[in-house]
Amino acid sequence: MSEKKKQRMYDQDVSGDGLHSIQKVIEPPRETSRPVIKYVLIGVSVLFLFVMLILPLIVVVVNALSDGWAAYQEAVLDEYTVKALMLTLLATVTAVAVNTIFGVFSAYLLSKFYFRGRQVLASLIDIPFSISPVIAGLVFILTFGNIGWMGDFLKAHDIKIVFAVPGVVLATIFVTFPFVFRELFPVLNAQGKDEEEAAALMGAGGFTIFRRITFPHIKWALLYGVILCTARAMGEFGAVSVISGHLRGKTNTLPLHVEILYNEFNTTAAFAVSSILVLLAVLILIARNLVEWKKK
Amino acid sequence: MYVEMRHIMKTFDGFQASNDVSFGIERGCLAALLGPSGSGKTTILRMIAGLDKPDSGDILINEARVNDLPGSKRGIGFVFQNYALFRYMTVADNIAFGLEVQKKSKAEIKSRVEELLELISMQDLGKRYPHQLSGGQRQRVAFARALAPNPQLLLLDEPFAAIDAKVRRELRTWLREMIERVGVTSIFVTHDQEEAMEVADLVIVTNQGRVEQMGTPDDICLHPETEFVADFIDTARFEALRAVEGLKQ
Amino acid sequence: MEQQIVKVKNKKGVKVIPGFGLSLGVTLAMLGCLVLIPLASIFISASQLSFGEFIETVTSRQVVSGYIVSFSCAFSAALINVVFGVVLAWVLVRYEFPGKRVMDGLIELPFALPTAVAGISLTYLYSDQGWIGALFDKIGVKIAYTRIGITIAMVFVGIPFVVRAVQPILEKLDRQYEEAAAMLGAGKLYTFFRVILPELFPAMLAGFGLALARGIGEYGSVVFIAGNIPYKTQIAPLLIMTKLEQYKYADATAIALVLLVISFLLMLVINSVQIYMQRFSKA
Repeated sequence: MSEKKKQRMYDQDVSGDGLHSIQKVIEPPRETSRPVIKYVLIGVSVLFLFVMLILPLIVVVVNALSDGWAAYQEAVLDEYTVKALMLTLLATVTAVAVNTIFGVFSAYLLSKFYFRGRQVLASLIDIPFSISPVIAGLVFILTFGNIGWMGDFLKAHDIKIVFAVPGVVLATIFVTFPFVFRELFPVLNAQGKDEEEAAALMGAGGFTIFRRITFPHIKWALLYGVILCTARAMGEFGAVSVISGHLRGKTNTLPLHVEILYNEFNTTAAFAVSSILVLLAVLILIARNLVEWKKK
Repeated sequence: MYVEMRHIMKTFDGFQASNDVSFGIERGCLAALLGPSGSGKTTILRMIAGLDKPDSGDILINEARVNDLPGSKRGIGFVFQNYALFRYMTVADNIAFGLEVQKKSKAEIKSRVEELLELISMQDLGKRYPHQLSGGQRQRVAFARALAPNPQLLLLDEPFAAIDAKVRRELRTWLREMIERVGVTSIFVTHDQEEAMEVADLVIVTNQGRVEQMGTPDDICLHPETEFVADFIDTARFEALRAVEGLKQ
Repeated sequence: MEQQIVKVKNKKGVKVIPGFGLSLGVTLAMLGCLVLIPLASIFISASQLSFGEFIETVTSRQVVSGYIVSFSCAFSAALINVVFGVVLAWVLVRYEFPGKRVMDGLIELPFALPTAVAGISLTYLYSDQGWIGALFDKIGVKIAYTRIGITIAMVFVGIPFVVRAVQPILEKLDRQYEEAAAMLGAGKLYTFFRVILPELFPAMLAGFGLALARGIGEYGSVVFIAGNIPYKTQIAPLLIMTKLEQYKYADATAIALVLLVISFLLMLVINSVQIYMQRFSKA
């Protein structure tokens, strides 16, 4: 069904593009005759966003600096914080790379070819999006852990996945799996396949077609997907928490490090480490908006 | 016969798109596949191009059975209904694409592109992108792009459908002249009888997946063989058209 | 008969564009190894449980109360999000005011901000010494470590879903509907509830469903503010976590399986209603 939904969204996009964008230009947003309602609604919105979204950010910054700059620096430059940051970066970069490869191939497959089971495949790809991150972590324990069906095999070959770095990376990949696909698919689907067919009829090979025809269509959407994937990957908590075993300096990512510090009642340090993540989140948000603006 | 269809059958999910379609087209001929929408004319064109495969029957191009030959090896040029111009390439790059994938030399590509730009009278517009062109210009580019690798057969899917009525008439004459000048065997699909009658040497009328009748425009109009053809072709309008043309001459 | 076989063979049609085999291979291999095979483990594990054990686990008082906490809070949060989501979308689409672009960009903050950060920050804010929590504490309302706190955290993670579902529909909504209604003498409020809201309903429902699903599954932002008081504020994902920490893998699997099935059913219902509504509104 998600297939159908996407299709519908795209139909609306196409019709919206032509007619309504023109309408928007000619017709400035009409103000309602009763400005009272307008200001009340804007007021409600601003208040809601301030309380729900801005205040938590302010809390992070204020608490991070509450013991002074030196304490902040110490928390941020702490050995374990740096190690956690490195692991977060590793997991994020791997997840983004895997996602990009998968997203490009699967979106190409599902938008350019018609085959039986297309819909089913599309829904299967969406699964990680709809399940709890804790369950995402659990499935890896049930696969690779001591009790998992691959547990004995891994033990025999001395490979550690659960409570080790590979597990953290796998869990991160799992929760971000559909991100790039979800951005690319609607774009490629809207583009249709005429251009690719025309090129194929002229004898162009797969790589040429992708590089010269498909890729220019998706480059912004791809970047957008990569940004979303980065945001989710670096912030993933539940799935990673299940599988990491919380080994400080080994399998601790930044969000897990925040949790440990917080549970040790080391609040200032927890917020100081959080501030790194807040900074990254704000950067991602800005990048996201720039790309969205550029896409148009 | 340059192109021949022999007892072609094709169904899509239970819908009979081609039902025992057989016809032949001579080299150098400009043929029209005419019929109402859903009559299976586009399917025939796509099968000749290798974009669809018949369930049974043979497709012959230049005496050779091409059923299992990929479209790119059939020596055809295809003009898509919405042109399918490469949106992220300039006009010149669009035209050059077919030659590039054939690994032609740069100099050769350059001269061929210039030649074709001149043919379609767009010498100065080579650097533009498709979205900067009018509908008529886009069609001309699609035509040039299809012709660039020197195909033996040119297929056009509703070439005038995306163009507004005023320009359409002009383009029709232009296209007919161009095809005559290049001398390439061509087949185009249309639902507009006036278009078929004016442009084509040979008209193939299709209905419900069958070929109802084929012949010269005069044949079809003056001697419709089936009830459907008689109904579908507005003879009176056609005669009036001919009379006007006679007066002009 | 021969005809039949040929037909089936050609059903796929011709693959004119190259790359089908490669794309299919890469897609299936990656999806299989990274998602489907691990996911299958949950069913393999579950199949090793005896039915009696399974029922016993998922009907124990603690587990049932975990489900209830998760669902009731996620449901209230999704409802709150629908109300504020529509208001936000409306303000962002229909009004011009300074700072609108920043506001629009901010909506995605909950997607970008790591959930653990949101979790500790909200907990601080709403605890009885926190900036907001202290205010409510004076009138005797506790927010952190109660279901109210859990709901607030779920509102935080769910708000972008509703806004982003409703916004594009509102943008494309033909103003002629409203004008037609106005011409017929309908008042603004009447027009909103009778003309605009029904048009937005499928999108609201989609946003509601996504926010609900996210709320049920959410862990990071909720776990801190929940306080994990057994039978009171223990959410279902946390129960899975607790069981895992006690190495009770069978119990964890059973709880997870029920959560999975319920989430899927929920999405199924919402999708069907949505498709039904869409058909209805198209007529």
